[in-house]
Amino acid sequence: MISHWRTLFAFSLILLSAACTNKPGPAANLKPTGFGTALIESSGGKQIGPTGMVLADPLVVQVNDEQGTAVAGALVEFSGPAGVSFDPESGLTDASGQLSTNVALGGMAGRYQLSARTSTKAQKSVELKIEDIALGYQQQVGFQLDKKYCSRCHNPESTPERVSNYDNLEVKPHPFAEGDTLNKMTDADLTAIISHGGPALGKSALMPPYGYTLSKTEIEGLIAYIRLVSDPPYHAAGMVYAQK
Amino acid sequence: MQSQSQSSKPSLWQTLFGEPVRAFGVVSLLLLISLAIAPAKNHFSEWRHYQKKYLALIQSRGDALTLQRHFYQHDGIQQIWLPQLGVVDRCTTCHVGLKEASLADVSAQPFRRHPAIPHTLDQFGCVMCHRGQGPATTVEEAHSSTLAWEQPILPARYVQSSCGQCHRTPLTGTPQLNLGRNLLSRYGCVHCHTIKLPDGSVMKPTDDPPSLEHIADKTTREWIYAWLKDPQAYAVTATMPNFKLSDPDVRDISAFLIANSTPLAGDTAPVAETRAAAPDPAAGASLYGESFCASCHAVQNAAGNVVGGDVGPELTRVGNKVKPEWLRAWLRNPRVYDSGTAMPHYRFTDPQVSLLTGFLGSKTDSDLLANVHLDAATPEQIAHGKLLVTEYGCASCHEINGIKKPDNFAPELTRIGSKPLTQILFLPGMTHALPDYIAAKIRQPRSFGAALKMPQFSLAPAQIDALTTALLALTDRSQDLPRALTVPSKPASNYQPAGKAGQLMSDLACFSCHAINGRGGDMAPDLTWEGSSVQRPWLLAFLKNPGTLRPALIRRMPRFNLSDSDAAELTDYIMTVYQTPAFDRDSMPTSGYPPAQVEQGKQLFYSKYACQSCHIVDTKTDKGYIGPTLTQVGSRLTAAWIYHYLRDPQTMRPGTIEPSRNMNDEDARALTAFLMTQKGSGKQEAKK
Repeated sequence: MISHWRTLFAFSLILLSAACTNKPGPAANLKPTGFGTALIESSGGKQIGPTGMVLADPLVVQVNDEQGTAVAGALVEFSGPAGVSFDPESGLTDASGQLSTNVALGGMAGRYQLSARTSTKAQKSVELKIEDIALGYQQQVGFQLDKKYCSRCHNPESTPERVSNYDNLEVKPHPFAEGDTLNKMTDADLTAIISHGGPALGKSALMPPYGYTLSKTEIEGLIAYIRLVSDPPYHAAGMVYAQK
Repeated sequence: MQSQSQSSKPSLWQTLFGEPVRAFGVVSLLLLISLAIAPAKNHFSEWRHYQKKYLALIQSRGDALTLQRHFYQHDGIQQIWLPQLGVVDRCTTCHVGLKEASLADVSAQPFRRHPAIPHTLDQFGCVMCHRGQGPATTVEEAHSSTLAWEQPILPARYVQSSCGQCHRTPLTGTPQLNLGRNLLSRYGCVHCHTIKLPDGSVMKPTDDPPSLEHIADKTTREWIYAWLKDPQAYAVTATMPNFKLSDPDVRDISAFLIANSTPLAGDTAPVAETRAAAPDPAAGASLYGESFCASCHAVQNAAGNVVGGDVGPELTRVGNKVKPEWLRAWLRNPRVYDSGTAMPHYRFTDPQVSLLTGFLGSKTDSDLLANVHLDAATPEQIAHGKLLVTEYGCASCHEINGIKKPDNFAPELTRIGSKPLTQILFLPGMTHALPDYIAAKIRQPRSFGAALKMPQFSLAPAQIDALTTALLALTDRSQDLPRALTVPSKPASNYQPAGKAGQLMSDLACFSCHAINGRGGDMAPDLTWEGSSVQRPWLLAFLKNPGTLRPALIRRMPRFNLSDSDAAELTDYIMTVYQTPAFDRDSMPTSGYPPAQVEQGKQLFYSKYACQSCHIVDTKTDKGYIGPTLTQVGSRLTAAWIYHYLRDPQTMRPGTIEPSRNMNDEDARALTAFLMTQKGSGKQEAKK
């Protein structure tokens, strides 16, 4: 029975690979009229969105030639890990040398490395790596709480809608992406400083305690979010194996 | 002879099976094989295969013994049975590691750990959120739609819809669902499609499509023509969909709407004065800014960014749309033309009205109406226009003289999330799944037939997904679940204050920004307990001339140019009616606190509680920009409010971002004493 399944599986694999080799069908229909030597990201990278959902802003890449001028009609193909989908998956750049695609990230929370490819006149492949972050339920809760409570001080960037308080503070808070600092703190440290404020870890009292405002699960969500957006990425300490 | 005849004429039995002994052997073997089929099928079943793979996977892990113990506690086919929810799930038969925290690094299915969510597997099972066929024990039957099953797994991008089956209130963790529900109301979907909620109420639209009864007073036939051809060409943020009408149809509809319009007394004002007053664009722009028009209205800037609020219509090209004489009358008092408008009745003076009319009238786009040339309408065109207006259901959203709002103009969507696939006509090449159908229908309704009436909405991909999510939540289960198992939405409040103050509050459209007793917007603070919170002289002065409490905010309370008597009327009403039952606002004095206590409060403010991270008391040293400036808090708030707010901010103002400090009584009293000494300088007050 298993072998039967295996043959079926193998057969479907062959079929699939055949389908995959045929996949650049639509792309093959697109005849590039221009060729560039460089691929740059215009916008849409470093976005944060929920797992499996279309990111708020499209991913826009631009093809340039050696002089750095935009190339129209160059063929760009997008690819990413399993579960990521692009709409469209490939296309020709417009008059301003740009191609825009809507990205939906996969079903697992984490960082997704996406890539865009174009080829030069000499058929040499040029690749651009872009990273976007997918939030699971827990990180999503953290993200929403960050927007409401934390980002006003922890995010130095000001917009007309949300003026940052970062510059007004005597002791500067750490932006959540600041992995060099935050990755060294354990989950227990973060829980303590969020729940009891800066003084809990001997830090500034300008960081107020949120333990009476946020629930335990909300604080866990916030930490999961902070861990996910940290740059360089956060790696939890591995399991400690004791002798059997 | 006998034997000869027998051997020459073998019986049928012998021809088939030969010697009886051999026949016996063959039949026994067949019987044995047939008896073995059932156990063999069981032995080689898919789920056993996965369980074996799981055991192989955990074997080499550090905590193998623990994982194995968990596994052998319940091996074999697993089932979660929740009769109340109608759940029979055998998913955990193959998805063995769902509850194993130590499998965090395993990404191969079906062995992944389930990410953290607020519900447990044992309480809700799997299909409540993921759909699919719970009782099935093969991969194909559990996940895909087959001949016998038609409930495939829900793609991850719509999974929030499942939360919406039970939760009618917005949740922090489901922004997509919240957005989708918001869009169903905001884009007016529920004008045409009825959506009944489990509590018996009907989903209400939150857009406010204008009445077209007096449209000829407001705008021209040319503008209507351009607008109907492409609403987003006039305003990128317009929620009006594109009906993809042909040129003659648009010509006829615009002819009908203008011919059908009746004049309304007082909704236009002569423009002669506008010309008399020197049009000063700079003065007009600054009045527009001072009146905080941008809190509600957006304008597209040169870079193409839309800047401003979305309560009122976008004004980028308003000069192309409205007639100056109508705009004058509208700015003077919008309630003459539309009694229910969200626009406040600013008491502008005539020169101010002229300034704003001139400023807004200059917001035009020469391309918009350049190619619109219409001949005078013929009676046939007008009659055809009326037919089209009826056919397209324009009256579902707009009031139109002589045309009744049609009932159930479009299919009801109350149970769209459970629509059987057999009832759906899929397009060639489309995935045969409900989410794909709904999304395609929203993305391009007319792709399902050019004769369909549903118009083309201008939506971003994320908005389409959000709408699909909200619609997928409208399942049979969402309607039929016992009430005790659902979290119903808060009933809509139709609170209306009484008397002259109530009329004033409607006239000033306070509810467009402020909420009181559950009714109103969320742009500005909730005023339900405002009377306990503020001091009377401050409120009176603020209503006359609102100062800035939060300098970082771009949306602020505008100045309505209230008369003394109106301001006093409103102040008295607010002070009397909007009081909390929790405490008496006069229970603590506004001044006269012992200096020692004040000093202690100051220490607490700057050291223990570090309030200066968000608030300013001393403008020279403090820089906190998040909370309101507290330089005059002693003349603004009552001491009792400050004290109770410090003790428990979330109870006094639900949803405030001020963290609760679990403050003890002594600290709260000292801080109150300190804050009450911050009276501001009378001179500054007068200057503003």
